[in-house]
Amino acid sequence: MADPMKIRATLKGDVADVRVLMAHPMETGQRKDNAGKIIPVHFIQEMSVKVNGKTVIEGQISQAISRNPVFSFRVKGAKAGDKVEISWLDNKGDKNLTEAAIA
Amino acid sequence: MPTNRRNALKRAGAAGTLGAAMAAGLLRPQDLLAAGWNKDAFGAKSPLDAVKNLGAGSLTDSKDIVIEAPQIAENGAVVPIEVTSNVPNTKSIAVLIEKNPFPLAAKFDFMDGAMPFVKVNVKMGESSNVRVIAEAGGKHFTAMKEVKVTIGGCGG
Repeated sequence: MADPMKIRATLKGDVADVRVLMAHPMETGQRKDNAGKIIPVHFIQEMSVKVNGKTVIEGQISQAISRNPVFSFRVKGAKAGDKVEISWLDNKGDKNLTEAAIA
Repeated sequence: MPTNRRNALKRAGAAGTLGAAMAAGLLRPQDLLAAGWNKDAFGAKSPLDAVKNLGAGSLTDSKDIVIEAPQIAENGAVVPIEVTSNVPNTKSIAVLIEKNPFPLAAKFDFMDGAMPFVKVNVKMGESSNVRVIAEAGGKHFTAMKEVKVTIGGCGG
């Protein structure tokens, strides 16, 4: 299981600014290790953001996203204390789910 | 360039790890089937094919899509890109790096209060146009911005 994500969700008016940092190597499958062997492709493919159990953003991403991906989203109509759940699934089937509250 | 061998190695590597994960019971086949990852669009090697496989027929240029990206990126491994779509009822935003080996970098669907905005860091192998496609009301709108890269982000 991968490390939990770091989520920061802050309210500006009625818009929640949701920022997330995921710990993931995001290997492109084009890099070689010191022995000259190709490092297998390994990247997050799917992610979702839920607010109070309702899906608000669904993302599909490729290996072109930088290592340890950082995303920012904005969700309207959110309130302080609302629960934000972010999850991802990578091409090897590894998953992660982290929760945070909007502050 | 002997790309065939390289591709064969890549494929063998991917299949090997997947098979191992499945055998270890880490991954059930239905998880894979349930996956919504658009393999055809993300696997496309030309921007045109990627756009086609996203289901976007004709693209309309739009000034309502705002792309914020550096004009010159010093490090192609981390290029911050911020996209805001002011097209009414934008449902999804896709980001393509036209000259990357696989141009489609990301696609986001927005629902229930999520604003059509995203900020993300991408890798760029070389200087390229960054194209954004926003879907609204069944139509596809597009805008692009050129980003020059001084050090590529793919070779490592």
